[in-house]
Amino acid sequence: MLPLLADAPALPLDEAGKYVAGAYVVFLALIVVYVAIMAAKLQRIERELRELAGFAEQRSRERAEVEAEHAEVGGG
Amino acid sequence: MYGKGLRPLSIATVAALVASLSLVFFYAPLDADQGFIQKIFYLHVPLAIVALVGFVVGGVFAILHLRSGEGRWDAYSYVSIHMSVIFGVAVLITGSIWAKASWGHWWVWDEPTLVSFLIVFLMYATYYPFRYAIEDRERQGRYASVFAITAGAFVPLNFMAVRMAQSLVHPRVFATTNGGLPGSMMLTFLVSLLAIGLLWVTLVKFELTAKSASGQLKRLRRAIDAPAPGGASRVAPEVS
Repeated sequence: MLPLLADAPALPLDEAGKYVAGAYVVFLALIVVYVAIMAAKLQRIERELRELAGFAEQRSRERAEVEAEHAEVGGG
Repeated sequence: MYGKGLRPLSIATVAALVASLSLVFFYAPLDADQGFIQKIFYLHVPLAIVALVGFVVGGVFAILHLRSGEGRWDAYSYVSIHMSVIFGVAVLITGSIWAKASWGHWWVWDEPTLVSFLIVFLMYATYYPFRYAIEDRERQGRYASVFAITAGAFVPLNFMAVRMAQSLVHPRVFATTNGGLPGSMMLTFLVSLLAIGLLWVTLVKFELTAKSASGQLKRLRRAIDAPAPGGASRVAPEVS
């Protein structure tokens, strides 16, 4: 790529520059907005997953307590 | 399952995009007629090609859905069309910017290339209200597939009709032998097309991965009988 860059023509900064920049910025902005929306979705999934893990843990604790009570009653 | 290979694909996409931008701005010569403004060509045309091919790909997935009845093909079709609509927005905006710079107008209503793309875009914009007007998921998927196949078949027909029509101002770049482009411009264009194509594939895979995670979460919630969260999405087809 380096020899390629050495032969690079100078970028003309005339009237056309703002239109070319505008087109590429619009494309970039669309990609950034899309990735931001997807990141928000993934954060929601992560939060729900944490909630579910907490719910499952709470359930298994409750079940263990009930089993322990049953064992005590059976043993006594 | 869908996340497999996403990382190397993302790296390849970024590398291709960087190579494409380097070639566009440091290698490809200035166009004798349009000058610097022609640099939009390397973004606008690949976006248009990839968006149109994406619509056809959505139709092919829809055929697989109707043949097999598997929900995953419906999800593939939905995500392909969804991504192509987003690319379509970019095509319309970059095309308008180029038109303003080249012709002095943001839009030319009597130009077949522009109007036909707008018709295709608006047709696919109706896919969402059409799909979500149906509540039953199975029927929704079936009807959406029929729409995707019909609209997907319309895309190449529309393309051929435009090629045969008399163009007023929009150039027919690939009408001549070797595309009418010098080698350096053709190489830059092909690398740009590859980069935009890879971007489309990566984003489709990314979206499918997110939908798959969301679907599995819902199933897990049902399996352990956990309370449903507020604001759950009802629009996207579930992916296993």
